Amino acid sequence: MNKVVNDFSIIVGTKNGSGSSTANNTILRAIFKMGIPVSGKNLFPSNIQGLPTWYTIRASKDGFTARRETNEIVVAMNPDSFARDLASVLPGGAFYYADDIKQPITRADIAVYPMPIKQLIRSDTSIPADFRELVGNMIYVGILAHMIGIDIETIHAALDFHFKGRQKPVGMNLNAVHAGAEWAKANLEKKDPFHLERMNETEGLIMADGNTAAAIGSIFGGAQFVAWYPITPASSLAEAVSDYFPMLRKREDGKNTYAVVQAEDELAAIGMTVGAGWSGLRAMTSTSGPGLSLMTEFAGLAYYAEVPVVIWDVQRIGPSTGLPTRTSQADLSFVIGMGHGDSDSIVLLPGNINECFDFGWQSFDIAERVQAPVFVLSDLDMGMNQWMSKPFDYPNVPMDRGKVLWEKDLEEIKGNWGRYLDKDGDGIPYRTIPGNKHPMSAYFTRGTGHDEYAKYTEDSNAFHRNMERLKKKYESAKQFLPKPIAHTTNGAKTGVIAYGSTEAAINEARVQLERDHKMKTNFLRVRSFPFTAEVEEFIQEHDQLYVVEMNRDGQLHQLLSVAFPASATKLISVAYGDGLPASARWVREGILAKFSNGAKPASSKKATAKKSNAKKIASKKRTAKGAK
Amino acid sequence: MSALPMAGAPANVNTVGLTKNDYRGNPTTLCQGCGHNSISNQIIAAMYEMNVLPEDVLKFSGIGCSSKSPTYFMNRSFGFNSLHGRMPSIATGGLFGNHTLKAVAISGDGDTASIGMGQFKHVMRRNLNMVYIVENNGVYGLTKGQFSATAERGLQLKKQGTNPYMPIDICMEAVISNASFVARSFAGNAKQVKELLKAAFAHRGIAVLDIISPCVTFNNEDTAHHSYGWGKDHEAPLHDITYVPPRNEIMLEGELREGEIREVTMHDGSVIILKNLEKSHDPRNRFEALRVLEEAQRNNWLTTGLIYVSTDKPVLSDTYNLVDTPLNRLTEADLRPAPEMIDKVNALMF
Repeated sequence: MNKVVNDFSIIVGTKNGSGSSTANNTILRAIFKMGIPVSGKNLFPSNIQGLPTWYTIRASKDGFTARRETNEIVVAMNPDSFARDLASVLPGGAFYYADDIKQPITRADIAVYPMPIKQLIRSDTSIPADFRELVGNMIYVGILAHMIGIDIETIHAALDFHFKGRQKPVGMNLNAVHAGAEWAKANLEKKDPFHLERMNETEGLIMADGNTAAAIGSIFGGAQFVAWYPITPASSLAEAVSDYFPMLRKREDGKNTYAVVQAEDELAAIGMTVGAGWSGLRAMTSTSGPGLSLMTEFAGLAYYAEVPVVIWDVQRIGPSTGLPTRTSQADLSFVIGMGHGDSDSIVLLPGNINECFDFGWQSFDIAERVQAPVFVLSDLDMGMNQWMSKPFDYPNVPMDRGKVLWEKDLEEIKGNWGRYLDKDGDGIPYRTIPGNKHPMSAYFTRGTGHDEYAKYTEDSNAFHRNMERLKKKYESAKQFLPKPIAHTTNGAKTGVIAYGSTEAAINEARVQLERDHKMKTNFLRVRSFPFTAEVEEFIQEHDQLYVVEMNRDGQLHQLLSVAFPASATKLISVAYGDGLPASARWVREGILAKFSNGAKPASSKKATAKKSNAKKIASKKRTAKGAK
Repeated sequence: MSALPMAGAPANVNTVGLTKNDYRGNPTTLCQGCGHNSISNQIIAAMYEMNVLPEDVLKFSGIGCSSKSPTYFMNRSFGFNSLHGRMPSIATGGLFGNHTLKAVAISGDGDTASIGMGQFKHVMRRNLNMVYIVENNGVYGLTKGQFSATAERGLQLKKQGTNPYMPIDICMEAVISNASFVARSFAGNAKQVKELLKAAFAHRGIAVLDIISPCVTFNNEDTAHHSYGWGKDHEAPLHDITYVPPRNEIMLEGELREGEIREVTMHDGSVIILKNLEKSHDPRNRFEALRVLEEAQRNNWLTTGLIYVSTDKPVLSDTYNLVDTPLNRLTEADLRPAPEMIDKVNALMF
């Protein structure tokens, strides 16, 4: 049997609420600590307790972190999903199961390992009865550790980290790991080819989820006010802000420079955020699709009254309540056209953990510079799952507070100013902030028609002038937005355009397309809207371009076609939305299905990869990941 | 009440050096005789007499006739005419910018009791430091005369016919939601409106003023509960109310008997003097407050005055332990963590 080293997935099927997340995170961290590129994805139900849930851990020596659709190793802990889990194992794969599940093993093409979890956990009398189920999960960690080769010392380190060094839980869990490992050593014979071996590919990297990264980035951006309403998958963003504020903004006087308010609904959450932004605070809210729908009214007000706010949308799949615990990229069109009447939106599109951090602080600079709502579109896969990443970089520019007039500024201009006056010719006016004591500082903010001095008016010319200035302002905004990132291959004529969390799947698919189909591609990952000049240049440089996204209607494709109508016929939509994170397979097959070049792309006869080539692209991807 | 202290000899300039004109706004565009205009005038008078710096006040409103009125007073104060029913959330965020400011908010019965009921109730329980005035006329004016949620059952309006629903009592909703100051008044009783405005402004926390403010265009038949005629005939003040600013000595009439006067000392040292009329009402008793409202409802009385007050509840910003400097005056040095913190954070990401 040929050994398969550091290139397989482990899927653990458990019941929601059974406490397996500690066990799964421990495996993930231990593999990461062994220097092996790894990613973890939680496929969970919208439920607190009882429904089946799966955790996927992918080890990839080539550094691929996207969802993989083959299950080499399956751990079945849940009787309700046992049959499905058993059926999901790749032929030649390994199936571990808790032996108290008495269900038939119907397959002979896989290695099967029963695990006496209950028996082993009961034999450890030091474990209190109410901890047995929780700690019991560590038995499978120990068994796997022995069978595939996870270092126990890295497991120890992972547990130490998880329990913040508290010896009692670390010891209790570690004992269970040892018990599992020893039992496996004495009782199981290895019948599958999957092994982990130490590498040196994760040194200097961190592991985080996008919501935590966004929260910390926001705090480094000087966030002062956060209002939110609980919603999956965005709650952990606001919760992380609350968690990290005390540490990162600690002061000697023990007082707070920030406030986090859990509002009564999303209407109030964004309302408070708009109020705080108007009042001069770096204000943000975070939500997901259904909450965003409720926020539409205030987004329109913030657009028209020109109030800086940051709105994170951690996308889940709609329409309506949809699948609350599944991912998508289907809010793009909605955000871009958000609000009744003519409107514009500034949208930032982070594509990885590092950018969740960067856009966390940059979004405030842009919002205050442009005096506008800034939407940041993350998604469940990026927001809630664990990704390897370059470490967060400290902001490389000072905070940009935009055009604000304080008392001394008003003194200098003798109070002669207009809130919506285009003094600089860039469409961006000056603003004053409540609490300014200059007698000429105040103005009256309104969502009704207003003139350059914020006075109510129904004058047609004044209304038209203001709308044209707003348009100009959004044109000016482009210079402050993150530019797209290009991944290029020599000699490629075919382009791929995408945004957000699909990057990992797309880069893996590009390796496969070149290796198996001789199809070379260049890839442009768009990072903001309105589109900047680089997007148009990229489109012009290619004969055909595949626009890959996780939704049904090809929303980015539509937006690009509208923005660049002369090139619209070159743009081919590869869109798919089923709630699952993008995989290299669907990207690859989606592109191949639409490929048209007179000649079919060459299909290599053997699926043997040109390893060196694959590695080259993969490592290029890793470098590019943190690029600004 | 003649022995109670006056604001001093009439002068053009108050103690912060401003004239009454400095508290005015743009000319009103509401109907002539609209109760809302009289309330705007009392706000101007109250702020002038209380020597408030307009720059220390934030004005907020929602949408509707009432919500237009912040443009008709205090032009030197920042104002935000926001969205229908959403004023409380804008004000909540707005006051976090500078916790030393005080907000005066104007809403209406549609803006508060219909579309804004949720935000109204929640701003009560958060005890935002704001005077929340509901200019209550039982009718939608800007959209030309539909029933509002405070209109009494059986009210007949020209185009709408007969109102089939029971009304919402704004004061009762406020008390139930743990508001810390709840009063009702009548725009036809200008003196009481002004004294209650002063008391509300002196209150640290949310102060609800439900002011029956007749709509002369759509709902002013004498039989309608929100009309001038009905108000004049049915107003039953709980007490005679006088606001005495801090540091003014309180001198009471010699012949007043024990129990005839009730004093409520506010956070800033000012005192509200309540002189009993027919009955004795203790506004510090929440149970009594609800009883008084229930009684008014059963008897169709327009009970006015200070219904409930509690001066010991923390305001919203207190519960956040904020730095003394207003948040919106903080700079990068206060807001961006030091460079070495990035390593600490990265070390936690594993």
